[in-house]
Amino acid sequence: MNYHFNFAPILDQWPVLLSGLGLGLLLALVSIAIGSVLGLVVAFASRAPSPWLRSLAFTWISILRNLPILVIVLFLFFGMPQLGLSLDKITSFIVALSLYASAYMAEVFRGGLLSVPKGLTEAGQAIGLTSFRIKRYIVLPIMFRNALPAFGNNFISLFKDTSLAATIAVPELTFYARKINSETFRVIEVWLVASLLYIVCCYAITLVLRAMEKRLVLEKN
Amino acid sequence: MTPIVEVRDLHKRFGELEVLKGIDFTVAEGEVVSIIGASGSGKTTLLRCLNLLEEFHQGDVLIGGEAIGYHLRRGQRVRIGEREVARQRAMTGMVFQAFNLFPHMSALDNVTLGLTKVRGMPRPQAIELADHWLDRVGMLERRDHRPSQLSGGQQQRVAIARAIAMSPKVMLFDEATSALDPERVGEVLETIRSLAQEGMTMVLVTHEMRFARDVSDKVVFMEDGRIAEQGPPQRLFLNPDSPRLQAFLKTSSF
Amino acid sequence: MEWDYFLNEVVANRDALLHGAAITFAVSLIAILAGTVLGIVIGIAVTYGGKPLRWPARLYIDIIRGTPVLVLVLATFYVSSAVGLNLNAFQAGALALTLFCASHVSEILRGALQSLSRGQIEAGRAIGLTFGGIFRYILFPQALRYALPTWITAAVEMVKASTLLSVIGVAELLLTTQQIISNNFLNMQFYLLAGVIYFLIDFAIEQVGRFIGRRLDQPTRRAV
Ligand SMILES: Nc1ncnc2c1ncn2[C@@H]1O[C@H](COP(=O)(O)OP(=O)(O)OP(=O)(O)O)[C@@H](O)[C@H]1O
Ligand SMILES: [Mg+2]
Repeated sequence: MNYHFNFAPILDQWPVLLSGLGLGLLLALVSIAIGSVLGLVVAFASRAPSPWLRSLAFTWISILRNLPILVIVLFLFFGMPQLGLSLDKITSFIVALSLYASAYMAEVFRGGLLSVPKGLTEAGQAIGLTSFRIKRYIVLPIMFRNALPAFGNNFISLFKDTSLAATIAVPELTFYARKINSETFRVIEVWLVASLLYIVCCYAITLVLRAMEKRLVLEKN
Repeated sequence: MTPIVEVRDLHKRFGELEVLKGIDFTVAEGEVVSIIGASGSGKTTLLRCLNLLEEFHQGDVLIGGEAIGYHLRRGQRVRIGEREVARQRAMTGMVFQAFNLFPHMSALDNVTLGLTKVRGMPRPQAIELADHWLDRVGMLERRDHRPSQLSGGQQQRVAIARAIAMSPKVMLFDEATSALDPERVGEVLETIRSLAQEGMTMVLVTHEMRFARDVSDKVVFMEDGRIAEQGPPQRLFLNPDSPRLQAFLKTSSF
Repeated sequence: MEWDYFLNEVVANRDALLHGAAITFAVSLIAILAGTVLGIVIGIAVTYGGKPLRWPARLYIDIIRGTPVLVLVLATFYVSSAVGLNLNAFQAGALALTLFCASHVSEILRGALQSLSRGQIEAGRAIGLTFGGIFRYILFPQALRYALPTWITAAVEMVKASTLLSVIGVAELLLTTQQIISNNFLNMQFYLLAGVIYFLIDFAIEQVGRFIGRRLDQPTRRAV
């Protein structure tokens, strides 16, 4: 096999590739933000006194976790207009990814809530804090810190899932990679570069998250 | 003079199991009362009722003359609202066996949290007061440390400062030294003793018999959800009336 | 009205749907089985291997886990033909999912093996077992116990990931659905149907995983 690597046609497209990567990161950030808010609500609902609310929360988690994200994306983008709800492709993708993220974040926060010892709530009660303030000042801050590693893993997964936006022609990295692939036929180079960009980006996110964890995660004693 | 704590015919059940079967006792201002008794006799539960961490089913608990936790509405006993419960809880200070310091806050912030959020104190004033109490328990130098950077004894002293800074009418200690390494017990007992000598009203659940004897004005011996015997420490420890207390004292170490 | 039409369309296309589901099932199964075998090898290499083994294994895991599965699928499909490996879409897709599954499995296995105490290896050596024997009789059975529930979650991930093969033209359930939609334009209904089918498959696997997880827990509890 005598393949002559030629990266020039791909490197010519740097700005486009980077903009694609940036859009992917942006989609992941927005989705994890919305997904975290939703997930927090679902996590609290899953521990609510009302059994009705609890089963609603578990149904939500179970459905979204067991659906392929691509099916959710396609359903929202192609199916919803039939119900009179047309969203542009970026909004539609963000909705899909946020819903998907909400189920995973709900699980993360559920674990985080369980990791806050009951004694700390009682200590808060003992100094006269109301239950809202106990959540605000004690339970949530500790939960967020404990949830940080799992949060990071989910963020990386979501970032990788933004590649699916290519299927509805959102111009992110994978979209451009396919485009360059069919325009230049530098097949090996383009997929090498695309994977490398994703890998480097995931690695960079990991490093940032590790640094955050070091500062924020509470060591056990 | 009204007693600081007055408990009348207190009953408490966990499901079918009746854990407190009619408790009566009082704590006068400045008095130090130790509660002793075998494991499972209901000491912790009693203390937690005084702080409304447990609901109770019958009887009254009065703190500073105010009945806490329940009021009567059309002859029915109803639990009071959450804000009222929170206010009444702040009248007592609780020190837990497991310290329960907030792990994400410095020692200082553990103490100021209640001062600023419950008492509504401005932060500079809260810090000043917190510093005073941290100094008092010998923890001023470590005020910026996280709980994970402190030894058990140091954590418990911060927990004491956190409770007492709220100026409660009475301090409640639930086996404050049981979770400590033996060499750390002394520093915490010393702290409690010096607060007692300053006239702080206290109820202590303890297995430290020598300490109970030396520091208390009154000792309460619990047996299976009831108070079997109570009185001044000299009499209870030297001339116990009931055979159960005699047996209990024999198995306890001094 | 539309729903009647939809039901007729489902009936009319039932063979195509069943065929699509069969492809989904087949490709997932291949990926899980082959990926597990490969994953076990890599997992052992990364946990117990010396440097020359551990490094490539680690690199493999990091590369695959750092790449989106869709990129992996596309890259495998296009690159395999560019280098003269004549794989059809199904084979390329199955290969990509296998590589993906292997990285998952090796991480699961590594996690499980590392939770076992080092002392067990020494105890095994002390009674004269070789490393092969120690692994086979001592470490692996315990790791299996820890890893099985997570492994089944990985199976759910494989079924979900198999939808990505629609992009390279493997006529699995999702692509079949899309083909049906291109004839009758019932987007919402048929994507919903596909969603329900995927949910049922994944939910069933998840329940099996829970069941096995509980069964595996019991003997240890009884033994105490
Ligand atoms: N949350 C609970 N639910 C059910 N039963 C409980 C609960 N808390 C305590 N009990 C029971 O109430 C009884 C009294 O418990 P309590 O903790 O008050 O005893 P104690 O005197 O403090 O014992 P120890 O010296 O071991 O701390 C015990 O039989 C215990 O099992
Ligand atoms: Mg107790």
